[in-house]
Formats: sequence, structure tokens, C-alpha cells
Amino acid sequence: MSGNTDSVAPIGAPDTIAWNREHLAPGPAQDAVIKGITGEVEDKGFVVANIDKVVNWARTGSLWPMTFGLACCAVPMIHAYMARYDLDRFGTIPRGSPRQSDVMIVAGTLTNKMAPALRKVYDQMSEPRWVISMGSCANGGGYYHYSYSVVRGCDRIVPVDVYVPGCPPTAEGLIYGIMQLQKKIRRTGTILRG
Amino acid sequence: MADTTESAAPALAGRLQALGEAVRQALPHGTIESIAVERGQELVLHVRREGLVETMLLLRDGADFAFEQLMDLCGVDWPEQPERFEVVYNLLSLSLNQRVRVIARTDAATPVPTVSAIWPNATWYEREAWDMYGIVFAGQTDLRRLLTDYGFEGHPLRKDFPLTGYVEVRYDEERKQVVYEPVTLTQDFRNFDFLSPWEAMTTLPGDEKVHLNRIEGPKPQGTNP
Repeated sequence: MSGNTDSVAPIGAPDTIAWNREHLAPGPAQDAVIKGITGEVEDKGFVVANIDKVVNWARTGSLWPMTFGLACCAVPMIHAYMARYDLDRFGTIPRGSPRQSDVMIVAGTLTNKMAPALRKVYDQMSEPRWVISMGSCANGGGYYHYSYSVVRGCDRIVPVDVYVPGCPPTAEGLIYGIMQLQKKIRRTGTILRG
Repeated sequence: MADTTESAAPALAGRLQALGEAVRQALPHGTIESIAVERGQELVLHVRREGLVETMLLLRDGADFAFEQLMDLCGVDWPEQPERFEVVYNLLSLSLNQRVRVIARTDAATPVPTVSAIWPNATWYEREAWDMYGIVFAGQTDLRRLLTDYGFEGHPLRKDFPLTGYVEVRYDEERKQVVYEPVTLTQDFRNFDFLSPWEAMTTLPGDEKVHLNRIEGPKPQGTNP
């Protein structure tokens, strides 16, 4: 399970491409990798890669969010799913069930009354799971920090991976947060069980 | 359009005043404590608690009133007054195109008669008023909390309820559940209004001279030091 890519040597330019460690932007470098893999498959019928990197590639390419739209932050979240920004192209497809979800997007004000429900939904998600806290209210209570009925940050209830600032954050902001989470998974993801 | 509105305004105030007087005449003496037409447009009736149901039935069923709808019921807290709570009923008559606001007073212990038998939607509002202010409605059989947390204690919209409340929640990793704890704030609530250019500060620091001249105009000769 070494990071060395000797076995992948025939494809592309192995020493210059950190395969799947970083997001590879469209362009000649990406084309070279794809062409190399295609050639490898045509030639030998298989490719060789590190399993944890393949797993990370699969995980980052299908981050299914448990949508927790609690307040107005849900609106930019919906914008991010819809045609203009189209999170589907990241493989990010909203799910209605925690059993099918990989990441929970806490979008909006988390109240004391909702907190046990949020935790229950989080507990129902299968491992590995991540949490994106979206907007000021979810990050730290925001406008309602001193309210008698609002949780001062959803990280008091669930462990948060990425905080997206803003009141509300733009759809671009949320997409950036999702890409940061993908980066984090690429960096730290492992097939070992936690 | 503007002309008709302006010429209609006094007529409207008079019509509302007459409507209020008609309500007063139709009820036993002293039931309506006062009649006011606020801003020439809104009829406000202060009514005694004991005569509330009678008044409301008249307002709904009287041919000249016909207030079929209870648009809103809410509480107001005036802690400095002996009967601290007001219960405000906003009524609408679609058939006669008129509105009225009925206000009854009470305190924390004295119940106000429910109007849920007159307008069934009042149950929602009365539950909310009970939840937020602790106003008790006599005859209301469903006086449960509506908005606040399960097992919440206190009535948050009372003026003597602290802004941040008494408890906060967090997830306890050992007990594997969300737990309630007394509020601990890392930083107290601060009010910055004294510096707010939208509220109090009309003269910016360093800008006093300009402001002075603007108010007083040019000074007479020889008064400058």
C-alpha cells in the first residue's frame, strides 16, 4: 500500500501526476491520465491502483448529502442543487434518508427543540460520515447566539468537518465547502475502520 | 387616487367611531371601557374581561358587525401596570369590509375567557399566548405549549424573562444523548446602540465643527475667540 506509483507507470506521466491525491482539473494532464488508463485497459484488460485511493475516489465522487434544511440557508442549498450550479456533476445527490447518506449539510438555525432530532438523524447515518455546517447560525448560533432557544453552534451536537461562513452563504460558498470536504477526504480518507 | 383617500379619511374615522358607539350601545353598560380610532383608520375597543365572550358573540353575529374571522390573537406585556397583560384580538368582516381590534386586560393569575367556541382557530393563538406569556384562558381545554421546547419552563416573551434563558443543550459523548445544562456564556450580550450611527450618534467624532455650523449657521462677527 505504498504511495509509489510504479505499478501505474505505463499510464500518463506517473512521476508528475499525483493520481487522485489532488483534484485534477480538465486539461492536457487529465487527458493524459484518461488516455493512459484507456490504453491500459485496452492493452491488458485491467489497471492497477492503490485500493484506498480508489475508495477515496469513489467516496469523493458520490457524496450523498442528508439535507437538513432548517431555515433560510436551505434556499442557497437548493440553488446549489438546481440547474445553474448543479451539484449532480460532483455526484452530490440529495437524499431523503440518513441510511443512504454520507454527509449531513446542517443548513440553518438549530434550535434546542430540534437538537435531539438532528443527533438522532446523524446517529442513523452509516460510516463513514461527514458533516458540513452551513451558515452563521449552524456555525455558532449567529444572529441568535444569545437566544434562549437556539443551540450556539451545531458542533455542540455533532462533530463538524467543514464550516461554510455566511448569512446565508451563497450557493458558490456551499459548493466550495463541498469541494473542501472532498479535499479533506482525499487527504485523510482511509479504508481502515475508525 | 390620493384625493379620494384624503377626502375619505375623516369619513372613515367617523364611520369607525360610529361603529364603536353602536357596539357600546348594544352591550350592557360598562362592558366597553373605551373606544378609540387610532391614526384615523383603526377602531380599537377596550373591553372588560367579564364581558368579553358577550362582546365577541355580538361582533360575530350582529348584522351590522359580522366579524366572521379572527385574524389574530396576541399578547402584550406591560410589566409596570397592575394588570400587566393585554390580549389583543384582531377581527375582520369580509362581508362588510371592516376590521376591529378588541383589547382585554389581565394579569398572570387571572384567566381570560376563551373565544375558541366562537372562532375555532383561536385555539392555536391561545396556545401560543399561553406559551409565550403565560396568559391563562378559561374554558380552553387544549392549553398545551405550542412553540417552545418539550419541558420548557417559563414564558419567554415576558419582559422579565432573560434573553438567553436558563438552559442550553449539548451532546454528551458518555451518556450518548443530548443533555440540558445551565447557560454559560463565554461573552456576555453587549449592546452597541450608543455608538450606532442609525440610532443615537448624530455627530461623528472629529466632525463636531461641521455639525455645529450646520445647525447654528454662520456666527456673527467678533464672537469667535
